[in-house]
Amino acid sequence: MNYIAGDYEIIVVGGGHAGCESALSAARLGHKTLLLTLNLDSVALMPCNPSIGGTGKGHLVREIDALGGEMGKNIDKTMIQCRMLNTAKGPAVHSLRAQADKLMYQKEMKMTLEKQDNLHIKQHEVVSLQVEDGKVTGVVVKTGAIFKSKIVVLTTGTYLKSRIVIGNTSYDGGPNGLFGANELSDSLFENGVKLLRFKTGTPARVDKRSVDFSKMIIQEGDKNIVPFSFETDELEIDQIPCYLTYTNEETHQVIKDNLHLSPLFSGDIQGVGPRYCPSIEDKVVRFSDKPKHQIFVEPEGRDTYELYVQGMSSSLPEEVQLKMLRTVEGMENVEIMRLAYAIEYDNIDPLQLKPSLEFKTIENLFFAGQINGTSGYEEAAAQGLMAGINASRKLKGSEPLILDRSQAYIGVLIDDIVTKGTLEPYRMMTSRAEYRLILRQDNADIRLTDIGRKIGLIGEERYLKFTTKVKMIENEIERIKKVSIKPNSDLEALFAAKSSTFSNKGFTLYELLKRPEMSYFELEKFDPDRPELPKNVIEQVEIQIKYEGYIKKQMNQVEQFKKLEKKKIPESIDYEKINGLRLEARQKLSKIQPISIGHASRISGVSPADISVLLVYMENFRRKESSKANE
Amino acid sequence: MNYLEDTIVAISTPVGFSGIGIVRMSGENSVEITKEIFKTKTKKDFDDYDNRSIIYGHIIDGSGEVIDEVLVSKMLGPNTYTKEDVIEINCHGGMISVRKILELIVEKGARIAEPGEFTKRAFLNGRLDLSQAEAVIDVINAKTEKSLQMSVKQLEGSLSYKVKTIRNQLIEILAYIEAGIDYPEYDIEEMSYEIIREKTNLIKESIDKMILSSESGKIIREGIKTAIVGKPNVGKSSLLNMLLGEERAIVTEIEGTTRDTIEEYISIKGIPLKIIDTAGIRETENIIEKIGITKTKEILAQSDFAILLLDGQRPLDAEDEMLLELAKDKKGIVAINKVEKNVIISKKEVEEKSHMEVVEISVIEELGIDNLRNKIYENITKSQIDSESYDMVSNIRHINLLKEASKSLEEGLEGIKANIPVEMLSVDIKNAWDKMGRITGETVADDIVDEIFSKFCIGK
Repeated sequence: MNYIAGDYEIIVVGGGHAGCESALSAARLGHKTLLLTLNLDSVALMPCNPSIGGTGKGHLVREIDALGGEMGKNIDKTMIQCRMLNTAKGPAVHSLRAQADKLMYQKEMKMTLEKQDNLHIKQHEVVSLQVEDGKVTGVVVKTGAIFKSKIVVLTTGTYLKSRIVIGNTSYDGGPNGLFGANELSDSLFENGVKLLRFKTGTPARVDKRSVDFSKMIIQEGDKNIVPFSFETDELEIDQIPCYLTYTNEETHQVIKDNLHLSPLFSGDIQGVGPRYCPSIEDKVVRFSDKPKHQIFVEPEGRDTYELYVQGMSSSLPEEVQLKMLRTVEGMENVEIMRLAYAIEYDNIDPLQLKPSLEFKTIENLFFAGQINGTSGYEEAAAQGLMAGINASRKLKGSEPLILDRSQAYIGVLIDDIVTKGTLEPYRMMTSRAEYRLILRQDNADIRLTDIGRKIGLIGEERYLKFTTKVKMIENEIERIKKVSIKPNSDLEALFAAKSSTFSNKGFTLYELLKRPEMSYFELEKFDPDRPELPKNVIEQVEIQIKYEGYIKKQMNQVEQFKKLEKKKIPESIDYEKINGLRLEARQKLSKIQPISIGHASRISGVSPADISVLLVYMENFRRKESSKANE
Repeated sequence: MNYLEDTIVAISTPVGFSGIGIVRMSGENSVEITKEIFKTKTKKDFDDYDNRSIIYGHIIDGSGEVIDEVLVSKMLGPNTYTKEDVIEINCHGGMISVRKILELIVEKGARIAEPGEFTKRAFLNGRLDLSQAEAVIDVINAKTEKSLQMSVKQLEGSLSYKVKTIRNQLIEILAYIEAGIDYPEYDIEEMSYEIIREKTNLIKESIDKMILSSESGKIIREGIKTAIVGKPNVGKSSLLNMLLGEERAIVTEIEGTTRDTIEEYISIKGIPLKIIDTAGIRETENIIEKIGITKTKEILAQSDFAILLLDGQRPLDAEDEMLLELAKDKKGIVAINKVEKNVIISKKEVEEKSHMEVVEISVIEELGIDNLRNKIYENITKSQIDSESYDMVSNIRHINLLKEASKSLEEGLEGIKANIPVEMLSVDIKNAWDKMGRITGETVADDIVDEIFSKFCIGK
């Protein structure tokens, strides 16, 4: 029976990592918001690996935090181990990763949602969208109830028509034994949304008591934990280790012998899987010369015996899974608690989205997270936050917030999917960011707090703390430029120890810090007037001085890049009317509807000559408009 | 308002046989750049000249060497074609000086204009009216088409192969670096800085070789040093004049130039030959005297290519024999002249005495000249002066990109020395990869991601 069950400004469909950020930001920006989820116990569920962050992804979490999102704070509250990855490399690729207590993570996030003003959370399955005159007006749930809304954000993750495959067994269902959502994709299809079908998978969870850690390599967390959130001052937790072990020839033989039973190879799975999350059978087939593959054994939480077996994603049958796991050193007697499975699901072609994440042909409908063809909790959360912010801005009649590729990994992520589309679940990688040296995890606050403040998600107190930090960094760099150090035997000894080139003419502290082998800390005794500064300030000072040359080089590239980004293309442009565009370019431009000349130039199939034609046309257009205005 | 503030430059006369070459520059740095490379012949500085003057002087390179005598037109915006400051340099022509000047200007910071870019700027800066917009688009498309055809032609074969090879080597290094960065915990054999340094060095060397072959490869910039030798009265001067065609007049008849300072070039199917001792060839032509052995030796020694002229109407004598002997280690061609009548010596006879290819011509009757040109071209291109370098250097944009790629690798090597973090090194290598890609038009960043996943077994 249809009846109007509620009227909201913003409805978010889906309570995963994207949905949580969307709903929280929408509510925090003052909108009457409703979060609908299939199951209230699966809010912020981590159905795959028990960790947040990692290369590229850690950057995303810090950016989410700098803009006023929740993920960073939530993992700070619930982590059971934390590591800064890549510390042997330079600061631009340092990446935070924490192991989460999965249940705690969910519980904390759900609590945050519940406590949030302006936000209702309800358990319902959304079965269709209500669209009138090209505008979304609400959603219908399974019971027939209608929730009206000015804006709808779809963050349905991997639940649309999801199908679980384990060997030759397959059934309709969502991740982790939950129900899928079988009706909503039909409604999307009827409304002209182009759907794709992707595939992903997760490894088995095994019982800790059946694993012999003594045969594995222990992996501890960092002694000093750097929190994800810029608001978390210090973190001290009792850390739980992970373990490393390997597959071997025997494992590979088991897999090879049973390959015909894998739906990935028998053709039973049609969906496109991600290359960076290969199943173990994929790895063994594609890299047949590798004698062993790494397996990371990670705890799923403090209060559970369940362990996640990273590196063993599979869709092989149950008995083969067990046989295969038991060949691995330390897992000879392993007991599986949850089977590995592959999952297929409907997602949308993200080329249908504007960079604001609004759907191009249905107004007020936004999409975020895995439904857009991405992969990963962090990628989902980043989009969720942006969709929430832009939903709010749409309601307020403001310009959407579009971060560009030089501002944030979030910008790279969204620009990539809405400009190039994706043929597999899209994962963030630092190598996707062309301005990686600037987009560091350590300076995410410097890059984005101002924006978060303007948007309205960063409060007064935090902002003050931030501006104080910035000022301290500037002052210290200025001071360091003026400190001169006279050569003496101590200094010479330090130089010798560092095999650094010494000179008797003396140095400024600034010059010394520029040398890769010299650190701020070690130069303390030559710098008696040094002020006492917080660690994160010293870190910035050191990075900014040490890598100035490279950072400047990249800033110049950014400047060039920005010139073309600033040339906005009017929404009313009709590419069919532009003579001189090649057919392919015309089709691509009409489809993607780039927002700027820079954006257009990143579309494959649009040549520099097409860009010239476009520039000429735009100038022509501008003149016509201004002469009209003068009449 | 300019849509881009950079300064662009292009040769605005067709490259090839045209006598006068015009190099045109537009943009805010046009005047600054001109001041760096142009010296007036008067006491007045460039700045002292009024707008719209035509100024006489020299183009001088970084080492102070005079490249050419030129007339410079100073046209300050906004009353110019592009509405920007425009400088036009009229030089004596021949590709050589035009190209040298273009290169010099690029070195000083201008960018080679895209096809139709002057016209595009003219439009974007409001110079052309609305009705011309369509025409502008046509121009852009036509010129792009033409330059595309040209570069496609150039890219067929060796250059494109070389560029691709180098890019493959670079992306291999990048894949190692990037996989190591994005998958720090996986067992990926890391490429040590020592190995990266070695590989980068080798790659840089091959890029530098490509640049070098363009710069000192004797082709295009310098021309192939060519000797025309033979007995007095054998027709050296006539042959030279014939091969020079129209160009000679331009090169030699401009006030203030002398035959000593301005070298003469002949263009054989686009390959410039720089003729040694043109003055000598002309002066001695009508004087009845013995061939100067020392002088001939000297000329041959300087040359990369020799054209030996024999008189078909006189029997081979001691002088001819000596010439053939002197030139026995040279690359070149023997031309039997005056075959229009009363031929005494046969092609076969000469072929027995020389390793060079022998052709028969008549300069007076203009017989066999095309054949001579063809044979010269073939002998140059098939010989050690390889045609690859010719493919390459014919495009200054390419040279420039090669130089930029080499510079990036240089910076990377310095970085390795200073032990910079790997993600910074990656910037330099990626830049080089990107620049090389622009030569062939391939710069898709996703290639790196693809390479990582095809090379390494990573992921949870």
